[in-house]
Amino acid sequence: MASTDVARQPDNGVRPLSLAGHVGFDSLPDQLVNKSTYQGFCFNILCIGETGIGKSTLMDTLFNTNFENFESSHFEPQVKLRAQTYDLQESNVRLRLTVVNTVGFGDQMNKQESYQPVVDYIDRQFESYLQEELKIKRSLHNYHDSRVHACLYFISPSGHSLKSLDLVTMKKLDSKVNIIPVIAKADTISKSELHKFKIKIMSELVSNGVQIYQFPLDDETVAKVNTTMNGHLPFAVVGSTEEVSVGNKMVKARQYPWGVVQVENENHCDFIKLREMLICVNMEDLREQTHTRHYELYRRCKLEEMGFKDTDPECKPVSLQQTYEAKRQEFLVELQKREDEMRQMFVQRVKEKEAELKEAERELQSRFEQLKRLHADEKAALEEKKRLLDDDQSSFGKRRAAAQLLQAQSLTANGKKDKDRKNSGFM
Amino acid sequence: MKKEIELEAEVKVEICQSVQDLQMSFIRGSDLFGYVGIEAVLDQMRSKMMKAGVEFNIMVVGQSGLGKSTLVNTLFKSKVSRKSCTPNYEETISKTVKLHSVSHVIEEKGVKMKLTVTDTPGFGDNINNENCWEPIVKYINEQYEKYLIEELNVNRKRRIPDSRVHSCIYFLPATGHRLRPIDIEFMKRLGNIVSIVPVIAKADTLTIEERLEFKERIRQDLTTNGICVYPLKEYDEDPEERILNNRIRDNIPFAVVGTDKEHQVNGNKVLGRKTKWGIIEVENVAHCEFVNLRDLLIRSHLQDLKDVTHNIHYETYRVQRLNQSNVNFSELGLSTWLLENGSGEKYESESHL
Repeated sequence: MASTDVARQPDNGVRPLSLAGHVGFDSLPDQLVNKSTYQGFCFNILCIGETGIGKSTLMDTLFNTNFENFESSHFEPQVKLRAQTYDLQESNVRLRLTVVNTVGFGDQMNKQESYQPVVDYIDRQFESYLQEELKIKRSLHNYHDSRVHACLYFISPSGHSLKSLDLVTMKKLDSKVNIIPVIAKADTISKSELHKFKIKIMSELVSNGVQIYQFPLDDETVAKVNTTMNGHLPFAVVGSTEEVSVGNKMVKARQYPWGVVQVENENHCDFIKLREMLICVNMEDLREQTHTRHYELYRRCKLEEMGFKDTDPECKPVSLQQTYEAKRQEFLVELQKREDEMRQMFVQRVKEKEAELKEAERELQSRFEQLKRLHADEKAALEEKKRLLDDDQSSFGKRRAAAQLLQAQSLTANGKKDKDRKNSGFM
Repeated sequence: MKKEIELEAEVKVEICQSVQDLQMSFIRGSDLFGYVGIEAVLDQMRSKMMKAGVEFNIMVVGQSGLGKSTLVNTLFKSKVSRKSCTPNYEETISKTVKLHSVSHVIEEKGVKMKLTVTDTPGFGDNINNENCWEPIVKYINEQYEKYLIEELNVNRKRRIPDSRVHSCIYFLPATGHRLRPIDIEFMKRLGNIVSIVPVIAKADTLTIEERLEFKERIRQDLTTNGICVYPLKEYDEDPEERILNNRIRDNIPFAVVGTDKEHQVNGNKVLGRKTKWGIIEVENVAHCEFVNLRDLLIRSHLQDLKDVTHNIHYETYRVQRLNQSNVNFSELGLSTWLLENGSGEKYESESHL
């Protein structure tokens, strides 16, 4: 049998080479881009905020379309999530966008469990991806990725600080999803108040250890932009789908008696910055972070929970298969034990039942005997009585017969005398 | 970045099935004009790829003396083959098939590639060549196994190192007749686990008519024996790709000539082989089909080769391997593990047990 002998040069012997001409693999990014364009992209945004804070309007404004969301009532008993998926296309890029909105967030009297449905939803998406990944026959490249890539957290513009509900929710979510806090309805805050508000928010987040999404700084092309943007967090946004004419153009704006707030004017609000950061510059990074950081963390926790480890107690590396085999043996042994237990219990029950039945049988038997004796006694007694009665009868019969004979005799005797008298009478 | 382009955004009906017990909506909408910026994601992908770099693993298989190392050097325009790297190399015929891999990092216009070339000296060189493909099959499966183990780890790396063979170039000697038994056996067995690209080596020994006939016979032999070579027919995704791939399929195997020497032709420096009767230009389409091979491997189908290896061959291996060791996670009750928050629902209870 021929043997395999793979001699690989050690990795530090991987030497860089210079090319003597144009080879052509610089077209590789284009190849990748073409393939991805053909397959399409998918992006999932989760919007968390109180009812009426402007989540749907902001989504409409961001993606320049009308998602036809209806207003929800303030009387929801529990927080629910509503997810809608849309196919958007810009030039030749197709995007499958899923927008998940919270319904009834912050409306209940008792808000202690408000964050729970959100955390559950995010975990469910991770879980279904993990299930798909662990399947034997899987189709990951066709799989519709529903994991949440970005979470827009809407802070209400009180001007003071974060609410405790906000802090608690963000703390629960920061290890599961990329959180981007935004200040909603920013046209209610003045410029100076806004500046103080932003500083207060960021310091509160830092002091409470909430990890919000930081725009990546490692890629030189975008590092500069991202650094400036990181300083402007959280973005104060205004959303509007109505158009107002300003100057000689129609712009998206909100019209007030005292003026017009233009959505796409950088002096008025940070909407443009949000759109740049969320879509134009960092969409791919958001998706990558979700996959490599949040999803891996979830996967690790889930597998460790199930008992899979990479190293066994002696710190020797253990493959998943070994662990799986061990677990499977355990599981089978457990099954066997339970089966034996059940069998034993069954046998015992049967024995008990048998004993019971035997006992009942014996009892019945004794009663039967008793009754039989009783019956025999009564029969004897009756027979005795019958004999007596028969004796009586026979003696009575005898006496009657004797009496009759006597009577008959006396009658004939009398009859003779009468006859004689009669006869003599006539003479 | 602030391009003011008037673009159409269409909102179509979409049924989303992946989200359970949440309210779904169907939207039939019309469009709204305005700039959103979704297109920029393409640039983002591009820059991410350029930063991360690419790994490409190629294997060359064929008898000794067919010009494998020379061809690989010509393809990548540098001395990537094993011969050029190992000092004091002596040409010996080994008794068994050994595999040698060398890795290089090459860069072009900002795109970094880690290229690994695996050579198979000793293949088909012995008198008795039975089972000479086995070390190769073993090697390929070992790479899949390495990747699988890493993928199944609880703590896994961000980027799993990819040493799987993305493409295997099989060299056919230019006999002019048909496929030989060793060729058929090898390609049959390996066609299912790796993407094979057959080439006719040292094609300057065939005239154009002989070459066409030879190729036709080879294609017939391939279909008669049910051998799948790259590009695979079943995996053509869209009509454009199918047309392109059909053109390629009508042309395989490519007749190639390799060299690393340059000569002057009409005042230009070209790569070529100089003979008494003329200079064979490697990059001239009329002379040989090296350019087609290079375009297929590098310029147009490199990403596709990697995708086919990952999505098709690796997945086949994985299914086989997991079935073999009876690893079925749903059996263990993965699906019955309650979510931390105790929702208590058994999602996959139908598929469980």
